[in-house]
Amino acid sequence: MATTTSKLEKYFEAYEDVRAQGLEREPVWLQQLREDGWARFSAKGFPSTHDEDWRFTNLAALAKTPFLRAAKGEFAVLPAQLEAYRVAGAACQLVFINGHFAPELSDLGNLPEGLLVCSLAKAIDCGREGCAPEGIEQHLGRYADMSRDVFTALNTALWEDGAYLRVHRGVVLDKPIHLLYVSAGTGAEISTHPRTLIIAEDASQAAIIEDYVSLGSEAAFSNAVTELAAGQDAVISHFLIERENLASFNVSTLRIEQSRGANVDSHSILLGGGLVRNNVHPVLNGEGAECLINGLFVGEGRQHMDNYMLVEHARPHCNSRQFYNGILADHARGVFHGRIVVHKDAQKTDAKQTNRNLLLSDSARIDTKPQLEIYADDVKCTHGATIGQIDEAQLFYLRARGIAEADARNLLLYAFAAECLDRMKDAAAREFAGGLIGERLKELASAVQAATLAATQEDGAQNWEELG
Amino acid sequence: MALLEIQDLHASVDGHEILKGVNLTINAGEVHSIMGPNGSGKSTLAAVLARRDAYQVTSGRVLFNGKDLLEMAPEVAACEGVFLAFQYPVEIPGIGNAYFLRSAMNAVRKYHGQEELDAMDFLPLYKERMKLLEMDEKFMNRSVNEGFSGGEKKRNEILQLSMLEPKLAILDETDSGLDIDALRIVAQGVNAMRSPDRSFLVITHYQRLLDYIATDFVHVLVDGKIERSGGPELALELEEKGYGQIEADAQQALPA
Repeated sequence: MATTTSKLEKYFEAYEDVRAQGLEREPVWLQQLREDGWARFSAKGFPSTHDEDWRFTNLAALAKTPFLRAAKGEFAVLPAQLEAYRVAGAACQLVFINGHFAPELSDLGNLPEGLLVCSLAKAIDCGREGCAPEGIEQHLGRYADMSRDVFTALNTALWEDGAYLRVHRGVVLDKPIHLLYVSAGTGAEISTHPRTLIIAEDASQAAIIEDYVSLGSEAAFSNAVTELAAGQDAVISHFLIERENLASFNVSTLRIEQSRGANVDSHSILLGGGLVRNNVHPVLNGEGAECLINGLFVGEGRQHMDNYMLVEHARPHCNSRQFYNGILADHARGVFHGRIVVHKDAQKTDAKQTNRNLLLSDSARIDTKPQLEIYADDVKCTHGATIGQIDEAQLFYLRARGIAEADARNLLLYAFAAECLDRMKDAAAREFAGGLIGERLKELASAVQAATLAATQEDGAQNWEELG
Repeated sequence: MALLEIQDLHASVDGHEILKGVNLTINAGEVHSIMGPNGSGKSTLAAVLARRDAYQVTSGRVLFNGKDLLEMAPEVAACEGVFLAFQYPVEIPGIGNAYFLRSAMNAVRKYHGQEELDAMDFLPLYKERMKLLEMDEKFMNRSVNEGFSGGEKKRNEILQLSMLEPKLAILDETDSGLDIDALRIVAQGVNAMRSPDRSFLVITHYQRLLDYIATDFVHVLVDGKIERSGGPELALELEEKGYGQIEADAQQALPA
């Protein structure tokens, strides 16, 4: 056991509350699911760095903080406080405060025909009353793997709400759906476990933005799990935006199940949070399925950003592409763990993985680790990683045309980040992400300019180190 | 008044002295060519003038328009009117060609207290200059030099030159690697820029370029020093006889 029971006490109290609540309202299968989740979590506790999947990420600070569960409505949030967090051009916005749906803060607008968007807890309540949105039982908890990952187990035991989305067969949405998960402590350290379920039926098309923000400066722990089931030929873009305060812990798990011909893009934009773990786990479970796993992480100060990708090819003729770019300044640390598993029958797999990193200071650090497990014999798998600094030749070229050094550095940082924007197909989401990235890089560039200047004067040489 | 005055310039890279006392004066409107064997310091001279900091100036003085050029950062030199057409223009993925050039023009305009150009002012001029250099408009939105052929990169340099309108344009082996058609287009772009208040420093290996760009003076750089200067006829002589005699003379002139 990696963590002592006393440290898990607050989670046990939360579990007792959630379970008691569920006894009245929740179907038996869900109560069972929670019980299994709690059993897994309490047996294993938080992982240590001896666990290969957590080698580069130390959870001691997370484990020792006594995070509390926030009851519904405990922290009042005014609509004005959320003004800054809207997405221009979104079809609708669902707001969750400390894991509880806040209908009064949400904007469900004019929802297009063929789209169901509501609170997951509400959808399950409806089930009790016989007006059930179908398919929850069939999907919820069926993909995210509790036995592998204790955070998924903890989420399964403790989740209270999240978004439930169902896009009906053949329905094409032209505007993104915005899910805003807000941590709002007023003095207390809160943990939340948002659970999102997205069911995209055959040949449907949609873009979903999951956005994590904090109001206030308290440490919060968000442990989110999203299950996305993409039906045959569905085309889905998922965006994860992490922009919580620097005291926050954010662990998110996106588990994607893809049917035949389904095409799913996952875009992760990690800008905030103190300790961030971003798990993306697509399973290509139908012939001809394709996925793009695209990400950008930007860290400064002592931010720690850990990206754990697990791409499973379970059927033949599937393509996967992973592109992650990292920018790290000060003492920030990044991790990229890219695992590709090609199962025995997944012939003609085409899998590619690229991780590029820009380190803006001597004390920034990246650990990048590709891991290929191939059990089929007719596959194409490639991986590559680079670590480097701002290219001095490019910097000089810009300056030699009259662009001031600070602006030139900013341009180059933005260009590096923009590679990831170019891969986003949904225009409104891309513009939104681009705006956030631009702002973040501006802050970063001005913050590190002095430090970088000193460093480059010391050592003008720049080296790109090719790794495997 | 001289636009550029180089006095006894010494410069080194990683402790190796490359320029060993260069003297050169360029007046407004003049075209000067520098020729010389590989490794004689031609590109180093260009880089020092463009203020690349990998090159250390150990002694000497350079005045540009009466101001101390060696005190200027690269962006300041550029804003003051020094332009280097790179021998090997770098690729910058992620930054659009048009966006980059407009940013550069606006940086220069800002330096001179002029108003910034918006896209509406910029684009017609940009397109017109592209046409002059026979460049396809598709280059506008592509990343700077990314995936360009050698000739396309050189044309892109001359395009920037024509938009930025510097006082001194330094062409660092702009002709190398160009076929005769590309060379003609590049030379045409340069010739269109000639004016009584713009000077050129043309660095080249070959007399061929000077068939297209009429030069006023030719200088021969050997082992970090200008060993001979003359009119355009010097280029023809070098083409015929090579640098052998000048190099030998330079050797002999060394104190025993």
